[in-house]
Amino acid sequence: MSNNIPAVELVNITKTFGRVHANTNVSMKIHKGEIVALLGENGSGKTTLMNMLSGIYYPDSGAIFIDGKEASIRSPKDAFSYKIGMVHQHFKLVDVLTATENIILGLEGKLNLKESEAKITEICEKYGFDVDPKKKIYDMTVSEKQTVEIVKVLYRGADILILDEPTAVLTPQETEKLFNVMRKMKEDNKALIIITHKLHEVEAISDRVAILRKGEYIADLVTKDTNAQEMTDMMVGHAVKLNIERVKPLSEPKTKLVVKNLTVVDSDGIKKVDDVNFEVKTGEILGIAGISGCGQKELLESIAGLQDTQSGSSVIYINDDGTEDELIGLNPYEISRKGVSLSFVPEDRLGMGLVANMDISDNMMLRSFRQGSTPFTDRKSPYKLAKKVVSVLDVATPSIETPVRKLSGGNVQKVLVGREISNAPTVLMTAYAVRGLDINSSYAIYDLINEQKKKNVAVIFVGEDLDVLLELCDRILVLCDGKVSGVVEDPTPEDKNTVGLLMTKVGGNNSESK
Amino acid sequence: MNQNKKEPLFRITKRTDIPPHKSWIIRGVAIVIALLVCAIITTLLTKANPIEVYSSIITGAFGTTRKTWITLQNLSILLLISLALTPAFRMRFWNIGGEGQILMGGLATAACMKFLPGVVPNGLLILIMLLAGIIAGGIWGLIPGVLKAKWNTNETLSTLMMNYIATQIVAAFILYWSGKQSSGKIGVINPDDNLGWLPKIGGIAQLLPVIIAIIITIVSYIYYNYTKQGYEIAVVGESDRTAKYVGMNVKKVIIRTMFISGALCGLVGFLLVGGVNHTVTTTIAGGQGFTAVMVSWLAKFNPFAMIFSSFLIIFMGQGAGEIATAMGLDSSISDILTGIILFFVIACEFFISYKVTFKNNKKEEA
Amino acid sequence: MIDLVSFIPSAIQQGIPLLYGSTGEILTEKSGNLNLGIPGVMYVGAISGVIGSFLYENSVPRGEALNPLLAVLIPILCSLIGSLIMGLIFCLLTVTLRANQNVTGLAMTTFGIGFGNFFGSSLNKLVGNDIAAIEMSRTSSYFSAKLPFGDSLGWFGKIFLSYGFLAYAGVIIAIAIAIVIKKTRVGLHLRAVGESPQTADAAGISVTKFKYVSTCLGCMIAGLGGLYYVMDYMNGVWSNDAFGDRGWLAIALVIFTIWKTDIGILASFLFGGLYILHTQLPSGIEHKELVELYKMIPYVVTLVVLIITSMRNKKENQPPESLGLPYFREER
Repeated sequence: MSNNIPAVELVNITKTFGRVHANTNVSMKIHKGEIVALLGENGSGKTTLMNMLSGIYYPDSGAIFIDGKEASIRSPKDAFSYKIGMVHQHFKLVDVLTATENIILGLEGKLNLKESEAKITEICEKYGFDVDPKKKIYDMTVSEKQTVEIVKVLYRGADILILDEPTAVLTPQETEKLFNVMRKMKEDNKALIIITHKLHEVEAISDRVAILRKGEYIADLVTKDTNAQEMTDMMVGHAVKLNIERVKPLSEPKTKLVVKNLTVVDSDGIKKVDDVNFEVKTGEILGIAGISGCGQKELLESIAGLQDTQSGSSVIYINDDGTEDELIGLNPYEISRKGVSLSFVPEDRLGMGLVANMDISDNMMLRSFRQGSTPFTDRKSPYKLAKKVVSVLDVATPSIETPVRKLSGGNVQKVLVGREISNAPTVLMTAYAVRGLDINSSYAIYDLINEQKKKNVAVIFVGEDLDVLLELCDRILVLCDGKVSGVVEDPTPEDKNTVGLLMTKVGGNNSESK
Repeated sequence: MNQNKKEPLFRITKRTDIPPHKSWIIRGVAIVIALLVCAIITTLLTKANPIEVYSSIITGAFGTTRKTWITLQNLSILLLISLALTPAFRMRFWNIGGEGQILMGGLATAACMKFLPGVVPNGLLILIMLLAGIIAGGIWGLIPGVLKAKWNTNETLSTLMMNYIATQIVAAFILYWSGKQSSGKIGVINPDDNLGWLPKIGGIAQLLPVIIAIIITIVSYIYYNYTKQGYEIAVVGESDRTAKYVGMNVKKVIIRTMFISGALCGLVGFLLVGGVNHTVTTTIAGGQGFTAVMVSWLAKFNPFAMIFSSFLIIFMGQGAGEIATAMGLDSSISDILTGIILFFVIACEFFISYKVTFKNNKKEEA
Repeated sequence: MIDLVSFIPSAIQQGIPLLYGSTGEILTEKSGNLNLGIPGVMYVGAISGVIGSFLYENSVPRGEALNPLLAVLIPILCSLIGSLIMGLIFCLLTVTLRANQNVTGLAMTTFGIGFGNFFGSSLNKLVGNDIAAIEMSRTSSYFSAKLPFGDSLGWFGKIFLSYGFLAYAGVIIAIAIAIVIKKTRVGLHLRAVGESPQTADAAGISVTKFKYVSTCLGCMIAGLGGLYYVMDYMNGVWSNDAFGDRGWLAIALVIFTIWKTDIGILASFLFGGLYILHTQLPSGIEHKELVELYKMIPYVVTLVVLIITSMRNKKENQPPESLGLPYFREER
């Protein structure tokens, strides 16, 4: 800000992947000694834009200026030569090596660990990092690993640092520590860009905030002159009318599933789901909104019997006759043997829901192959089901025998959803059911879900597009950092800001709701 | 500041789709090239006319009725071992412990042959031998399976070690049984009364393995494609996460499949001891536990395709052995030729999975 | 009681080929390549050296003295070239053509053992000599020449100074490799390639180059083990399959030493000792089968080590993370 020449200037950057526009004509500037927050929803093109600065991608058009000179950054090595360093969300570290060995990996010259360690200690002291150069990566917490990644970038002399959602994996205390370090780097006249979608962090750390939406640059604002409301408006945009029908169920809703005190702790000791409580009724769609990675996946997997939960967690299924079954502690097969017809459309379609190398018919068998008392599988029914799914859901495929990996995203999802709804579920859970799908396929999926609702199925719909959630769902539960930050009953498109704010506020229970 | 980076001359992309006939054409071409190279090498070494070489390979394998039967027997044994290893491979479990599993099956069979005649009638004896062979081989396969399921112990290395432990156990038993003769061999078991010898069907000793091989090939095909267990193996092999998603017990599948794999190897041990050799030595498997890994892999784990891949290996081996003997050279030339064919076929898989496209030097404007 | 002064030297002589084999395989595996072709490579290394020595001996008329330098260099060079070609075949297939490492390795073993046995027994026949056996006693004498003052130093000389030069070279190579892997930047990069090729690639390290170089060097080192066996231990006499399962024992050693070549020095002598321990049993014993059970010990111990390391799941003692897996950068 003090300097007239920006450290980095992006001019009309455009990047497309196939027919997807990741970035369209984005221009922005970052100065030395300033922290810029890059704010946007999932899929708004934040990471793609920064990957072009770090040499992972090359822009289709547009120009990048470093210190006022045009730069061509074609590889991470080029990026380093311009003193640009990026800390990615997925760490690139070798587990069995020490912090020092990882930091100097790929550099040239004679190996002198002592000297390197001294230099690392020096960097750590300068910015207030807390890292033991001799510690092995596998002994480290996520936060320590992240520190190593940041030191790695600084060790190579980076003056422009990009941090891609660094706080997603950190506890509040660790986040505060990171922010302190960032402030020190700022004092050291470095340019910092932090990608985030948490408004309170934007407010806490940044000098300026640049907002992207659907690959387009919306605005940049001086942080202290703006407020959460304005940023949310810019981030989520105006409500878009989608005309998704909200159907009425055939009979009066009854409580079907009761989730109580559900807590999941991952292998790093981080609480992914934190004491979540809610109910789902028959004939309703419960929407779950939240920034991705806030515990949605773990929540659904806990209900489906795929996730270890903390003791005290409970998921109670209420049968039609009023009897109750505890689902926690059962695996998916045991759940189905109890007579609970629970369907789950997971986020990872080809890695979890389907077998990529098997054909449509064989994939239909995944749920039903155990049927019958002989050791043989019934091949005819899955084949019939496959034919039915293909014709009813209009799956574009050369044949039933085509491996599903060869189908397009929308058709893969139709096959998966088709199978999951084929065994008359009473509970249907979907995770990002329309991610990567085109408009027509998306509407086809909404129709399928509504059809299930009409049949009194209790539906849990985890989504990322707020417009869709607001129109499709009867209730929206908002998750933030594994906690329920609020529930919006009978939402309308006008509730978009409410939900948007709940998504970004930690402990938003007390924050404004309608 | 436009750095003109060198674009690679060609680009390798994964093929999304290749019609099956095209992939078999590529394999066929590779085999033809390999056979040509083999012919050239054999000609250089023996200074014989290559056409003569190949005709003598054919006479070596099929020259007389007896040779034909021996070829068929060897083919059946190799095919059976390949079929035995395949359940593990279809689960992406690298069972290279066929040698050991065969040996243990053979050892158990031999023990029954030695000690049970007189105790039980011959028919029952053969049945007990069969069971003992299958169970011994099965246990030898089960151990690495349990290790993998419980502690994720690297199966390639554990099955490899199990091979040599089995070899030494067999060697120890042979010495123990041979007693004070100290010949280190036990010789043919029950040479006079032929108790425990497998029956000669239609008077042809080699027919039984052939029949069993045909049966197991068909049963394998049905098992993989039409049974619940076969389906479980396929899912576990493709994706652990999908298997768990539908509630499969992945550990149970691993352990069960490795028992089946070992048991089938044990069956081969039973055939080799009871039907082919009528004795047990440390070399009854003769390295075929390793060869079968390649046979199964070449056939893409398809039981019927394995008939052809094992035929290729046996035919070359038998034939090359014939040439070598005729020229007074060592019969191990067949291993050289087998190796060369394998190298070519292994290499050609790349061109089935990937497409190499040469591209023009396109300059990207910065 | 075991006569240690005579037992230790025989154990070491048995151990040297294993040391070469395991050193080469450790170097290879550190890059993430699991080369099950090592037994074949060792045969090829041995026979290539024999062929070199055979051609050289045949070119010098009987009675005339050999040039000591050539007598040593020609077999070594031939051995290195033979094993290098094997290494290149493995890398071409598994690294460039991304083939399955297990299958490729086993094919190499089949090929290599066949190659060794074929030329070992047919060499004379091929050049039209009548003698069947291969006996390279003239060149071999230079390989098995012991240190001059070895005999005069009593037990010390017998245990430490009574070996041919390749034995000492094997120990030096093992130490050198250990130092390179542990202490140098090249070693650091090699470990990174074997543990996480993606990370190494992102750090600008050429994964392909490292895999090629370490695998080929590994094969050349392993090949020297075969050469030592035939030229020194066997005094230049080739007999088919005499090398036996030593190649697999070398792979067992890799696991036993938890991928450390310096530990491999003593461990290979230990394995060598176990391999011949049965010769120390009293000659008139009742139960000869014990002999075979003694030979089983190295494999059982290795299996136990493998199980314990996987049970304890301690990161340092695991095989390199990417062992056996092909690596290629995904198309973007």
